[in-house]
Amino acid sequence: MEAKGRVFKYGDNVDTDVIIPARYLNSSDPKELATHCMEDIDKDFVNNVAQGDIMVANKNFGCGSSREHAPIAIKAAGISCVIAETFARIFYRNSINIGLPIIECPEAAKEINAGDEVSIDFDSGVITDNTTGKSYKGQAFPEFMQKIIQANGLINYINEKG
Amino acid sequence: MGMTMTQKILAAGAGLDKVEAGQLIMAKLNLVLGNDITSPVAIHEMEKFEKKGVFDKDKIALVPDHFVPNKDIKSAEHCKCVRNFAKDNQISNYFEVGEMGIEHALLPEKGLTVPGDVIIGADSHTCTYGALGAFSTGVGSTDMAAGMATGEAWFKVPSAIKFVLTGKPAKWISGKDIILHIIGKIGVDGALYKSMEFVGDGLKYLSMDDRFTIANMAIEAGGKNGIFPVDEKTIEYLKEHTTREYKVYEADEDAVYDEEYVIELDKLKPTVSYPHLPENTHTVDEAGDIVVDQVVIGSCTNGRMEDMRIAAEILEGKHIAKGMRCIIIPATQAIYLECMEKGYLKTFIKAGCVVSTPTCGPCLGGYMGILADGEKCVSTTNRNFVGRMGHINSEIYLASPAVAAASAIAGRIVAPE
Repeated sequence: MEAKGRVFKYGDNVDTDVIIPARYLNSSDPKELATHCMEDIDKDFVNNVAQGDIMVANKNFGCGSSREHAPIAIKAAGISCVIAETFARIFYRNSINIGLPIIECPEAAKEINAGDEVSIDFDSGVITDNTTGKSYKGQAFPEFMQKIIQANGLINYINEKG
Repeated sequence: MGMTMTQKILAAGAGLDKVEAGQLIMAKLNLVLGNDITSPVAIHEMEKFEKKGVFDKDKIALVPDHFVPNKDIKSAEHCKCVRNFAKDNQISNYFEVGEMGIEHALLPEKGLTVPGDVIIGADSHTCTYGALGAFSTGVGSTDMAAGMATGEAWFKVPSAIKFVLTGKPAKWISGKDIILHIIGKIGVDGALYKSMEFVGDGLKYLSMDDRFTIANMAIEAGGKNGIFPVDEKTIEYLKEHTTREYKVYEADEDAVYDEEYVIELDKLKPTVSYPHLPENTHTVDEAGDIVVDQVVIGSCTNGRMEDMRIAAEILEGKHIAKGMRCIIIPATQAIYLECMEKGYLKTFIKAGCVVSTPTCGPCLGGYMGILADGEKCVSTTNRNFVGRMGHINSEIYLASPAVAAASAIAGRIVAPE
């Protein structure tokens, strides 16, 4: 499994309230949520994002509320992977559970710039910044989480387990 | 190597003698919780399960509280979805408007959360029940769906940070000042993936409501859970609220902690978190002249009886500043009723405040107190992120009920005395 796209870059502590503001949580429709994704800190995001693009941020990405609407909105907006120094734990769980690939990689998160073209090989965990030519090794998921991701989410995993 | 209090509860939940930090376990759940925002997504996910139905109709709590009484048609549809699911699955702990409250104030009050429980809730402030010596943590809707279907959840066993609380806090220092001080010290990711275990001789000065407030905001430091040992005050609370049997766990003497902080409660001053992160703390005496447009007293953090009592004590016989809007939200119907019986509602209304039925409304910028461009609010809620309570150029200052009430009267951020 691979991802390739242009980078949208954000800073520390991007919270789920700015990923998808609560005033839109009267809906749980992914397409509708996607139209408001990131608007409180980057109102151009939804107009500029293309299918397959990549989000890169610094520490504690996805902090705050447990709303699964946040990774759902990011995924539905077209983002193929989020790379960060660290993720807030509920966001981390939610992303795995809904099948949004996320990778913790402090070096990549610091060095990759907005607008760079980046490729990610999920099997090896290698992140390549095609613009600068630099490669990074992201942290691999524990085997248990890999199984959830391979099953395309927690519920399929539980169904398969029987 | 011994286990922390959290590790002991998780080991028991997983049917293991011993667990250690980093270990992945599958634990049995005593309670699975959801609200009107997260439950509809979970209910939709439930449809994908091959095995139908819920694991135990008595171990699921559904509390529409965020956008109720329904704020618009879409919210009404969400609430209808939750109501129908509760009816179809005969969920015993579904709380309709009129019986409800803000989930994290309501469930302990109803006796549904007890020491030793393993609890997940599709709401980040589910960590509140750690005040009672339970392991409880926030998850998302898919985890909630899996929990409702199977009665189990996977966890990575957390390591822990120990907070030793010492000394007696001064008169107006409450649980809110303590937890804001701690978040200011360690940062919004200071306890990321970890347990926050609160111990020390200062605990005896903290009421259960103080402890609920502290455990509630563990998530604001990135914590997986916050937890308190069970003492006389906990047992007293449980006697009043529950008939459920419970098991008390204690950390081993040789339990290992990543870090240890000593918090001298007697030295704490009224503390406020400035925009736009809870870690951005300042003591009120260094606040300068911050003029405020609105005050909110309520939420799962500070809408309990003691919070109402403190607000009433400060507002009694006074009037809020000209042009100020002060919104007071008792967190449950029982608290609302007690406020009425004690005369607090009269105090609030005569002081020029509005009193609302229980709702999370303004805390997350849903309704009932949305801020306009450039407005400032002192709020007893838990988050002051950009746009959290309304316009992206509005500002939220997080504070205790005492500071909030005093600021409503002064029209600017001040300490009670």
